[in-house]
Amino acid sequence: MKSKRKTVKKMEFNDFMNNKGEWLKGTGSHSNIVMSSRIRLARNLMLKPFPNKARKKELTDILTEIHGAMDSIELFKGSTFLKIGELDNIEKQFLIERHLMSHDHAVNTEGKALVFSKEEGLAVMINEEDHLRIQVMQSGLNLNDTWEVANSIDDELSSKLDFAYSSKWGYLTACPTNTGTAMRGSVMLHLPALVMTKQVNKVLAAVSKLNFASRGFYGEGTQASGNFYQISNQVSLGHSEQEIIQNINGLIRQVIDQEEQARQALLVQNRPMLEDKIFRSFGVLKNAHIISSQETVEMLSMVRLGIDLEIIKDLDRGIINELFIMIQPAHLQKIEGKKLLVADRDIKRAKLIREKLGGEK
Amino acid sequence: MLCDICSKKKATVHLTEIIDEQMSEMHLCEVCAKEKSVQMEQQFGLADLLAGLSDFGKQVKDVDKADLKCSNCGLTYDDFRKLGRLGCSQCYDSFKVHLATLLKKIHGSNRHCGKSPVDFTEVKGDVKNDDLQGLKQQLLEAIGVEDFELAAKLRDKIHEIEKKDGKENGI
Repeated sequence: MKSKRKTVKKMEFNDFMNNKGEWLKGTGSHSNIVMSSRIRLARNLMLKPFPNKARKKELTDILTEIHGAMDSIELFKGSTFLKIGELDNIEKQFLIERHLMSHDHAVNTEGKALVFSKEEGLAVMINEEDHLRIQVMQSGLNLNDTWEVANSIDDELSSKLDFAYSSKWGYLTACPTNTGTAMRGSVMLHLPALVMTKQVNKVLAAVSKLNFASRGFYGEGTQASGNFYQISNQVSLGHSEQEIIQNINGLIRQVIDQEEQARQALLVQNRPMLEDKIFRSFGVLKNAHIISSQETVEMLSMVRLGIDLEIIKDLDRGIINELFIMIQPAHLQKIEGKKLLVADRDIKRAKLIREKLGGEK
Repeated sequence: MLCDICSKKKATVHLTEIIDEQMSEMHLCEVCAKEKSVQMEQQFGLADLLAGLSDFGKQVKDVDKADLKCSNCGLTYDDFRKLGRLGCSQCYDSFKVHLATLLKKIHGSNRHCGKSPVDFTEVKGDVKNDDLQGLKQQLLEAIGVEDFELAAKLRDKIHEIEKKDGKENGI
């Protein structure tokens, strides 16, 4: 039986505005420090040219084959299917800001598509660097459950599609850095105290020595902003998926410990300074009439820390998490329903934040 | 003009960023700019891997890779070295000797230990045929990709056949 999938028209794009990504809830294990956990699996079809090598017709055929397979899988029921080539620049940027797809997926859009679930916990990029990039995301530190979901989706897909796989080298991917499990597990961490105590570079250097990668809020090639860091495995061959997850979990627990200790040290040594920094940030966010995204994320980071340390009470962490996404340029332009220049965005951004935080009208 | 980050010191470093046809500027003091550049450097973990990749290119220069071309998609080994991306799943077979070294360099291992697709049937490390010439070829390939488990099986099989042949020929 075929499931019904909504093909989104441009007008319906605004519906997403009311949705809140499952991974932004601010709940789950260690959610005071861990924003979200993500598992990404890369898969390719046997003998079909990888996207960078495929011609237009081949890309379209690959897309049709994968789309057809997904249609008969229950887990994809009710999900949204978008052809990237049919979207405008703001819409593409909007999807990147929501962490549903990569920057690379927004260029050379021939044969590229994105499928994602209603809660946005599952997103599949078709014809990015590999034929399939399956991403599962959850709130808090929860790589094990996230893996279980990704694993079952992969099993379902592999019963319909002939995946490129060798018993010796595992899943065969366009880039040899992904070969093997073709799995990337990543955890997004909020580390303001390690930044404030100037220890974060030391911690990240250790992370990189252990063969793990650290990146910014928007993944590969982006700068850390708002004190957010994504840590993920580099090695994908020679260890099972469970071993890789276990290794990441072990490392993340240590980073969490370091951040906890730094937070406690700040509280004990200089509580007034910390409270001042947090409440000043809260004050700016509630009162500013013009604010850049850079300033906003720095201030939001302090307010989030204030909530974690119970210095700010009666404010839901989920609202702050959501604001990190809502204040981005494409989101503001979607809310406004038109293209906005930087200066106008700074005004709209300030207004949105004041409304969300119940600040100055 | 004061620094955008600390708002204390004079901004002496000016960054211009163009995103989605929109230009934004950032003015930083020397200290904050330095911190920002350290942050940026931290994010280049992949650079190590790419450095490894080019080293690897030098190593195999002498090997006759001029004719190396994927039988399925037509990608040459040289193309792969330039792009850093393979053309199709068959490339892994076409360039297997070179890739075995490269994968080991990247991952510290060239043996998959994870899951396999549902209904995957190929028997791991199986000796495929009884033809002596074919077996010797397979043995060379197995050594090339450092699959010593399979190589040992092949060696035993070759010995077995040679012994049998010897007996049949009355040696």
